[in-house]
Amino acid sequence: MSRKVLLIEDEPNIAEAIRFLLTREGWQVQTHGDGADALQVIRAANPDLVILDVMLPGKSGMDILRDLREQDGMQSLPVLMLTARGQSRDREMAENAGVSRFMTKPFSNAEVLTAVRDLHAQATRL
Amino acid sequence: MATLNILILVCLGYVVLLFGVAFAADRMAAAGRGRWLRSPVIYTLSLSIYCTAWTFYGAVGNAARSGLEFVTIYLGPTLVMVSWWWGLRKLVRVGRSQRVTSIADLLSSRYGKSNTLAVCVTILAVLGGTPYIALQLQSITLSFSIFAEADTSGLYREGSSVFWVAAGLAMFAILFGTRNLDANERHHGVVTAIALESVVKLFALLAVGIFVVWGVAGGMGPMMDRIDASEIGQWNVDAGRWTTFIFLSAAAFVCLPRMFQVMIVENDDEGHLRTAAWAFPLYLLLMSLFVVPIAVVGLDLLPEGSNPDLFVLTVPLSQGNDWLAMLSFIGGFSSATSMVIVTAMALSTMVSNHVVMPIWLSTQEGSGSISGDVRNIVLMARRVSIAVIMALGYFYYSLSGGGTALSSIGLIAFAGISQILPALVGGLFWRGATRTGALVGLSVGFVLWIYTLLLPGMGAAWMPASILESGPFGLGWLRPQALFGIEGIDPMVHTVMWSLSLNTVAFCVTSLLSFPSPLERLQGAQFVNVFDHSAAPRGWTGSVAQSEDLMIMTQRILGAGPAQEFFQAEAEQQGGRSRLPEPTPGFLNRLERELSGSVGAATAHAMIGQIVGGSSVSVEDLLAVADESAQLLEYSSQLEVKSAELSRTARKLREANTKLTQVSEQKDSFLSQVSHELRTPMTSIRAFSEIMRDTRGLSGTEQTRYAAIIHDEALRLTRLLDDLLDLSVLESGQVSLNVGDDSLRSVLDRAVSSALAGTDEKLAVRRSRASERIPLHTDLDRLGQVFINLISNARKYCESPEPVLTISAHDVGGRLVIDFTDNGSGIPPEAQSMVFEKFARVGGDKAGGAGLGLAICREIMQRLGGEISYLPGQGGAAFRVSLPLAYQQAAQ
Amino acid sequence: MTAEENSEAKPSGPRPSVFLERQSYRRRRLTDAARLLPFLGAALFALPLLWPGQSIEGQAVPLSSAMFYIFACWGGLILVGLIFGVAARRLRTREDPETDTDQWQR
Repeated sequence: MSRKVLLIEDEPNIAEAIRFLLTREGWQVQTHGDGADALQVIRAANPDLVILDVMLPGKSGMDILRDLREQDGMQSLPVLMLTARGQSRDREMAENAGVSRFMTKPFSNAEVLTAVRDLHAQATRL
Repeated sequence: MATLNILILVCLGYVVLLFGVAFAADRMAAAGRGRWLRSPVIYTLSLSIYCTAWTFYGAVGNAARSGLEFVTIYLGPTLVMVSWWWGLRKLVRVGRSQRVTSIADLLSSRYGKSNTLAVCVTILAVLGGTPYIALQLQSITLSFSIFAEADTSGLYREGSSVFWVAAGLAMFAILFGTRNLDANERHHGVVTAIALESVVKLFALLAVGIFVVWGVAGGMGPMMDRIDASEIGQWNVDAGRWTTFIFLSAAAFVCLPRMFQVMIVENDDEGHLRTAAWAFPLYLLLMSLFVVPIAVVGLDLLPEGSNPDLFVLTVPLSQGNDWLAMLSFIGGFSSATSMVIVTAMALSTMVSNHVVMPIWLSTQEGSGSISGDVRNIVLMARRVSIAVIMALGYFYYSLSGGGTALSSIGLIAFAGISQILPALVGGLFWRGATRTGALVGLSVGFVLWIYTLLLPGMGAAWMPASILESGPFGLGWLRPQALFGIEGIDPMVHTVMWSLSLNTVAFCVTSLLSFPSPLERLQGAQFVNVFDHSAAPRGWTGSVAQSEDLMIMTQRILGAGPAQEFFQAEAEQQGGRSRLPEPTPGFLNRLERELSGSVGAATAHAMIGQIVGGSSVSVEDLLAVADESAQLLEYSSQLEVKSAELSRTARKLREANTKLTQVSEQKDSFLSQVSHELRTPMTSIRAFSEIMRDTRGLSGTEQTRYAAIIHDEALRLTRLLDDLLDLSVLESGQVSLNVGDDSLRSVLDRAVSSALAGTDEKLAVRRSRASERIPLHTDLDRLGQVFINLISNARKYCESPEPVLTISAHDVGGRLVIDFTDNGSGIPPEAQSMVFEKFARVGGDKAGGAGLGLAICREIMQRLGGEISYLPGQGGAAFRVSLPLAYQQAAQ
Repeated sequence: MTAEENSEAKPSGPRPSVFLERQSYRRRRLTDAARLLPFLGAALFALPLLWPGQSIEGQAVPLSSAMFYIFACWGGLILVGLIFGVAARRLRTREDPETDTDQWQR
């Protein structure tokens, strides 16, 4: 069974880069570019991992994560959060909202891959 | 014959009664009972403090000297009351809506909360009021002496009795006039006591009148015959004096501080005016009904040379009617006491709010916030002011010796206080009236009044006879009683005519020539258009104001209970959970108004300014912050230049600091956004360059595609950096304009071709090239940049299948206006206010730059002396660029 | 305005509009008259200036007549003011207080 990742990111070029990287790792990658209906998309896609941008049109990644964690069966879904506003306050907010891993843009490809692998390994071990 | 002892007992008993009434009324009002305390009847009766001892005794004296002339003093107020719809209604409305505490406060508030003006009015009022108080003291003493003559015990001493009367009245005014601070909590006790006194004086005068007509003369018919047979039995009134006095008393009726106090400050309900409009003239009519009969009978019965000012007392006494004389004495006593009490209250409010408090506040300058209990200080200031004003009245009386005929002092005071009239009426009905105009008019009138009336009336010690006869330095046309060589006018008429007309002329001309401050203009609009009640007086930008500090200060002024109530209500109104309201501009304005009810408009403004402006940061701190960057320094130096127009540099700097704090907050969010905009393309570049470096076996098409992405993103970064640089140069003001001359048409030609070059999107541009033949004198490249930006925006964002951009140019009021309107769906209303902000992008579109284009346009237009704005409701997106026309710019 | 005027006009019979117009028309004219009153008063009080003074022997107006004239004018002004006040209040109580304030504020 293939592993599924849902990538919520509104910058098409960044989405394309991550898709390229993860597809080569054997992930099945689904992308989505809007924040407003992201929750429904997550529920429908039922992914093994979510990569979430913070600055999204419609609804911010922070709010999406907060709402997601309140839903049944979503407390332990691994969420990797990406932000381009590198402020320590954002990291705190994300941790309070229940993020699994937090990364600041720009990142190296290796960092993303490591983070995805780690998160997946943790999740399957549980 | 009533002995002096009985008289003193009756007086004391009467005063105790007044105390009791005032006390009970205060208690009832505090308990929320006694609706009748706020009835129109009480209001009307309280207005009758207009009738002082001067009118009670002096009217008969005046009638005995010059017949019906006395009636003018009552006809003026009658006309004012009858015309309430024109004037008083507005005055009362303004007074209530601005929470005015005195006439000085009203003028200060109208003319941009100017304390200078308030101080001038206060001085004028105290100067006019002191002899007037002395006059009341004199009348009480004179009436005492009438009884004392008859008393054999010889215990009476004039000096000490005046002293005790003055002290007692001061006590009363202090006890009931300074119990609470807020003008909104009216002095029910005092007002009720005054209403009672006015009933007493009316009753007394009517009783004497009825006694004289039916008891002495034997009915109406014989009385009328007696009147016609008397020495004043024919109509003989000087036309000038008749008209002047009617006008003067009308003016004084509105301007006198004590009348202002009862009529406007103590007014509970505007509707009361409607009743008072007929009821108060009725009161005046009744007061004057028997004046002539008493005067005629007095002239008949009493020996030659007896003082006609005391006929009201001496006529009943001569007929052996002691009890009636006693009643009449109480009536005169009532008139005097009520006038003195209210005058002392009104003047003390003015003195404490406009003289003592500003001085006290300025000694507190620099300590940042207000320390100490302001409430107690204000109350103490008022109490001391009352005592001082009474003392002044007492000394004036003892120095002048009380010789002059009663009514002349009254008229002199009337003429003095009427100098306020032009500024008052102008302030209410003319938006163009300015502070400078009011000050100049007031000063001119005031000086003329002193020179032509006050000094000549005070005797040779003050105004040598040589000046009266041949003018100062021999300048005949400057003779105090014959200005400009026009002789033979009655001195009173002469003064009123010259002082008021020159006052008005000076006021109008100076107003026309001077330019009002913004605050003045706002207040002017508020006063003149008080019935429309639209705009708030002026905005406090209170985002940094400390609610808690405000709360502490308010408690000190209003007292803990009312302050907490007020803040609670405000917080609830804002819908907040916290006990303290947010310091919104609206809240601060209401708070200022609330405070001005206690300490006056100018002081309240200064106090809030101290807290809102000074977030406990010193000037040194501010300068240190300003040093950090050249941009901020320039900002503060710009503010410093502006502060020259404003009152105090220190306070302004504190305000600037607040703004700097805001600027730095804006800077933080700006940096965070810049970071985001830079990191996004960098992420793509880094990711794809790593892919190209690390991935083996990329196909040729993939390589080309990824390289293209890297290239695009690099371009995007460059554009962003260019924009940022451009913006920062523009904002820092370091940009040098490259001014040239060309026509609008060719600038637009270049912009259109440049914006549409190299694109396959087909945007039709409609122009009316004939109307574009306008010469421009400006930085043509920068203006072109704005045009290009607007045209490219239309190209990128206009989603119509056949996009059309219409460019039209007009001359609107001396400014060149160019509208760019497309036929797309426009910008949604909620986003319109944001389009010119940095990084504002409508609808999450990323096709364009970083969202800095319009922000740059706005900066450019500011540099060029013009502006750019969004025009809503034009069908599509519409932007308006406006700038001064070339010839006007060249003239600058 | 129309709503309450309709409700007020209902009991007045088949031709409510006429009644209504007359009512508000009269109130407006009453206001006008009240506003003009001070001018009338000023004119009346200025009239005595035209009377011959003592200078012309035997022509002077006796003080009792002068008093009678002044007090009659004065009383007249008060009376008219009172009538206006009462009438305005009576007209007001029939209408919504808000409408009335509008009327007086204009």
